[in-house]
This record gives sequence, C-alpha cells and structure tokens, in this order.
Amino acid sequence: MSEELDFEGWSCPLPLRNTPTVVMGHGGGGAMSAELVESLFLPAYGGAARAELGDSAVLPRPAGRLAFSTDSYVVKPMFFPGGCIGDLAVNGTVNDLAMSGAQPLYLSTAFVIAEGTAMADLARVATAMGKAAEQAGVQLVTGDTKVVDHGSGDGIYVNTAGIGVVPDGLHIGPDRAWPGDVVIVSGDLGVHGVAVMSRREGLEFDTTIESDTAPLHGLVADVLATGAEVHVLRDPTRGGLAATLNEVAAASQVGIVVRERDLPIPADVRDACGLLGLDPLQVANEGKVVAVVPQDDADGVLDAMRRHPAGRGAQAIGTCVAEHQCTVVLRTGLGATRVLDLPIGEQLPRIC
Amino acid sequence: MKYLDEFSDPDLAAKLFDQIHATVTRPWALMEVCGGQTHSIIRHGIDQLLPEGLEMIHGPGCPVCVTPLETIDRALAIARRPEVIFCSFGDMLRVPGSSDDLFTVKSEGGDVRVVYSPLDALQIAVDNLDAEVVFFGIGFETTAPANAMTVLEARRRAIPNFSLLVSHVRVPPAIAAIMESPSCRVQGFLAAGHVCSVMGTGEYPALAARYGVPIVVTGFEPLDILEGIRRTVLQLESGRAEVENAYQRAVPDAGNPTAIAVLRQVFEVTDRAWRGIGMIPESGWRLASAYADLDAELRFAVTGIRTAESPLCRSGEVLQGLIKPHECPAFGKECTPRHPLGATMVSSEGACAAYHAYRRLELVEVS
Repeated sequence: MSEELDFEGWSCPLPLRNTPTVVMGHGGGGAMSAELVESLFLPAYGGAARAELGDSAVLPRPAGRLAFSTDSYVVKPMFFPGGCIGDLAVNGTVNDLAMSGAQPLYLSTAFVIAEGTAMADLARVATAMGKAAEQAGVQLVTGDTKVVDHGSGDGIYVNTAGIGVVPDGLHIGPDRAWPGDVVIVSGDLGVHGVAVMSRREGLEFDTTIESDTAPLHGLVADVLATGAEVHVLRDPTRGGLAATLNEVAAASQVGIVVRERDLPIPADVRDACGLLGLDPLQVANEGKVVAVVPQDDADGVLDAMRRHPAGRGAQAIGTCVAEHQCTVVLRTGLGATRVLDLPIGEQLPRIC
Repeated sequence: MKYLDEFSDPDLAAKLFDQIHATVTRPWALMEVCGGQTHSIIRHGIDQLLPEGLEMIHGPGCPVCVTPLETIDRALAIARRPEVIFCSFGDMLRVPGSSDDLFTVKSEGGDVRVVYSPLDALQIAVDNLDAEVVFFGIGFETTAPANAMTVLEARRRAIPNFSLLVSHVRVPPAIAAIMESPSCRVQGFLAAGHVCSVMGTGEYPALAARYGVPIVVTGFEPLDILEGIRRTVLQLESGRAEVENAYQRAVPDAGNPTAIAVLRQVFEVTDRAWRGIGMIPESGWRLASAYADLDAELRFAVTGIRTAESPLCRSGEVLQGLIKPHECPAFGKECTPRHPLGATMVSSEGACAAYHAYRRLELVEVS
C-alpha cells in the first residue's frame, strides 16, 4: 500500500514546469519526450530505474527458466484508496510472474496518456511505480510513452511486461490441481474491487476499505520454502475468486468444492457488495494468492502464509474433487449446494 | 451495515427448517413475488432444504424483466441520439430489446452511463447543459419514490435538459392478475418486503380475502425468507388466509407516508403491459400530466418501433410461475446469460439467470 504522497506543491524541474499538462509533443519522440524521461520518469522511478536509454535493455542471463508476462492497466479512477494505477501496474505484473513461482527481476513500463492529463498526476503515478518497484526488488529497465488526442484516451493507461526466473525443477500451473488437493486463499477477498468502486464516478460511497495491491512473490517464496509440493498458484484479480477457481477447475479437469462458511470476506466488503448487488467472490483482488496444495502440505502452507504480512488472513476454503469436473460448487452457509459460476462480463450494479 | 449476518445464522435457520418440516402435512405451492427473494432462495439453496412437496414458484417481481419491450426499444432509440446522455441503473444495460441492448448502443458511440441514483443523473444534466440527459425510470414502488423526488428537484431547480423515460410498475395488481389466471397454482404469497416498506401493507388484505390466499410480507435474508415461508404454511395448514408482516424491522404497516405522498404527486396510475405477461390494468405509474414537460417519451418523438420477441423465449410463463426456468427448451442452449433471449436471463433478479448461475450442475445431472 502506498503512502499518501503530497503533490500539492509539486513542481516539475525545467523545462516541464512550463507545461502543467501532457501535450501531444511529449509522445513525439523528440526533445519533449526526452525531457519527460529525464525530468519526470527517471527522478520518479528513483533507484528502481536502470538508466540506460537505448532502444532495448540488455540484461544478464540468470540461471533457471525465464518467466515472461505482460498486462495493461486501465483502472478508473486512476487514484483510489490504498493505491493508484502506478503501483497496481508494477504489483500486478510482479504477481503474474510470482504465480509461476518466478523471482521477478525486470519490468518494462509503457504509457498511453491522453493529451491534457495533468503533469502532476503523471508524476504521482510514476513515483508510485518507482516506489512499488523498489519495494518488490525489481528494476524498471525499459519504457515507452505515447500521447493520444484529447478524447481518444482517458487519463493514463499503463502497460508493464516483466521477466522473472523460475528455479529448475519447479512446476506450478493452473492445470496441476488433483482431486484431494486443498484450496487456500491468502486473506480477505474482494477488497481491491470495492475500494476502486467506492471512488468510481456515479457510485461514490464512503468506506474505510483500501485496495490490497501488494507484491506477492515474497509470500510465494515463503510458501515454497516450506518444501510443499505447490500445484497451483493464481492471483484472483479480474473476475475474483469465482473466475480463478473456474479456470483452475477447467484447466485441471477437476471439480472444486468451496465452503462458504470458511471464506474470508470482510464485513465492509460484504456490506458494500450487498448494497451494489455484486458478488464478493466475483470482485477483483490485487494482493491475494490462491494456492492449491496436497492435503499433507496444507497446514505448512497456511502457517507460512500467516507468518507473512501479506498472508495473515490465510484460510483453507475448499477441496478439489474427482466429481463434477470443471465445475466449482459452493456449500452454502445453510448447508445447501450451488454452482459458483464465472462472472459473464462486467459486473453491473443492480436496480434495487 | 448491522443485522445482516444475524439473519443468515445457520443454527437459527436449521431451527426454522425444522419447524417448517414439522408444520407441513401436504404439498403447497408458494410464490415469492420479488426477484431479489428468488435469487436469495436459489443462492442459499433454501428450496433444496424445504419439505418435499413444498414448492417455491418464482414471481414476476423483477423490474427489468417486466419492462415492456416497446419501452426498451424506445430507450435504445433515444440513447442513440447524438445529443442524449442516457442514464440507467446497471441492470438495464444488457436487457435485450428487439434487436440489441444498451451495451451495444454504448459500444457504437452512444453516451450511456450507469448511475446508482436518479439524482446522479440530474447532476450529470447540470454538468452538461449542452446535452439532453434522460434517466430510465423503471422499477416497482421501491425505485419510484426516488425518481419522483428527482422530478420534483428538476422542476424546483428548473433544469431544462433533464427528462425521464418512465415505466414503473405496481405489485398488487400483478398479484391479482396471477390469481385471476386460469392456470394459477399459487396458494400463498411471500410479499416483497422492500415494496411494502414504501407502500405499507394496506393494499393486501383485500387481495387475501378476495382470493383466499395468505400473504406474508417477507424480507430477503435467509432467516427472513424462512420465517415468511413458515408463517405462510402455518396459515395454509390451519385454513387461514390473512396478511401478516414478517418483516417488521423494515416495514411499518403504514409504509413510508412521505414517499407515498411524493409518488402520488408526481405519478398517476395507468394500465401497463408487462413484458412476457401482457396488459395488466392499473399496474403502472406514469408521469402525471403536470410533469409532462419532463417526460422523455414526449420530448423525443420515436416512431416506427416494431417490437419482436424471440419466438423461443418463454419468459412470460416463467414470470407467471407457470414453468420453471429450466423447463424452457431454450434454457442453457439458445438462451444463456451471454446470449439472453429474454430479460429473465439477464437481470440479477431474473429467475432464469438465477437458475443458470446457481443450479446448472444439478439441472445437467438430472436431465
């Protein structure tokens, strides 16, 4: 979670202070683009930046196998309780790498910025990225900036791609769950989605909930250090836990049974979802991991997670079964059974 | 929000289930009127745990499901106009019109916005004086008072570029229409708690007496619904047909007099066609003539609407409780939440959507 940064009195070093907003020239590849890199991005990234400004970053080859991932971030609003599009873009790709058991090493950062975006907002986003990268121990090694006409885009879009290294012999994937495996989540569900929605235009509501955006590779490393035979790791982002479990069930050709009573859903999230007509199990998380492990390893994994700051609320929530392949089933609090479905598309607030 | 977890308590639920099992001696068919109750019943699996022969029939209380197709088509035509910002509750965006839905209009460049309150739409009008802002005012007695209040506010502040496309519906005439239907099987009603929190319980004794059915005002959490069922079967087993209020923490018998007054000031009762069901006399609200200048239907002339329902869709029978969603041949085949043929497959309160989301497994296993 990022500290609150004060940009009230922010002023850009020369020559950017003369342009309080991003203009088309900043994406033109000329002097203004170079100034933006020199005066805004590199200072904002701080120690996380590798300051070679060639067309490509040339990196040492690590031992092990490479993990490579990319993701684009278009979250609206850009700033939300507990984070912004910047730290989200770093943590998101770091976590995608971590889910294959990789140690994240290098990230690229690419921006598509709408003309007219406040320079202070861009600086705030870039600073959050630098800070998140430093916290995660990854380097921002290459980048790009494009500016689109006013009206063609909306604020700032960020793409990050990342490279990590997976130790030889480690194989983790969504297709590796087995009947009998235990399903574990590392903590409270639905927090990020509710935090973002609480600031979305037209839906604003008061909540103390903050996004859980956080890097998870440290937590994953602690879990792997227990020696557990981890079959699946996924971060339940868009589509929430429901989408993640359905993907695992389909990829592994297993059924999954989830116990509603064991799901860690904070009261604030449940209330906000109740009000908006959303299912907390379909709401995005940005700092949680779902682990599928053999039953014998479950207690060790739970202990390791709970010792890590990002996993204090870890819970075993269900099991994989040989029946109803590719389908996730929820045992309701009352003791009945229902399907836990994939969300269809965007979640829509209901009418009453 | 307090008092939610308490009403999902599994131990208390088990006690209510026991009492219901102990009470029921023969088959009964109850209708929960409200789509919110339908989803709660299916989501928690309440119907799976009821005595065999105690059937829950799912009623027509899903506002987006019953909004007439012609109104949806009109909304689509208005939303397509370049000068219009069309504001709607989120549920409506995926409801199919004759050819497409509001999502399609949005993707084609129409300015369609999801709002959570009609007052947000009014604010959008204030902020965009060069545009015409239209709010899609649909729903039962629950949403109507807030929309009425927004009309008064628009009038008070003389906001020139705001109007409403109104298609409100009323519950009591729908209950009467269901009971008048020759194929009706309903023997008791769980009345919709939120509607009654606005309108009170005064409209129901006449219905209970005329049709000889118990009507129990019921909430939405599992214990609320179980208590509603318990009281209804208790009446049926003892031969009574009365109105009871099992949702007293939210429903005063007089309802909300302020809301009722605003509603009656701004709207007037009208006949309304319910999608899939047909015309039900006096079952709707429309803007009173004093507020005609805020009526989007009059402000934007839309001609040439030719409604065309899918010939496969049997949502009308679902809404009347004549068939269960999975008994429709198109269920889960031609008709899915991704490609809905009728509104009942779309809405978060539609019975078909509930069955598809929560019951697919056993329905697949059974069939």
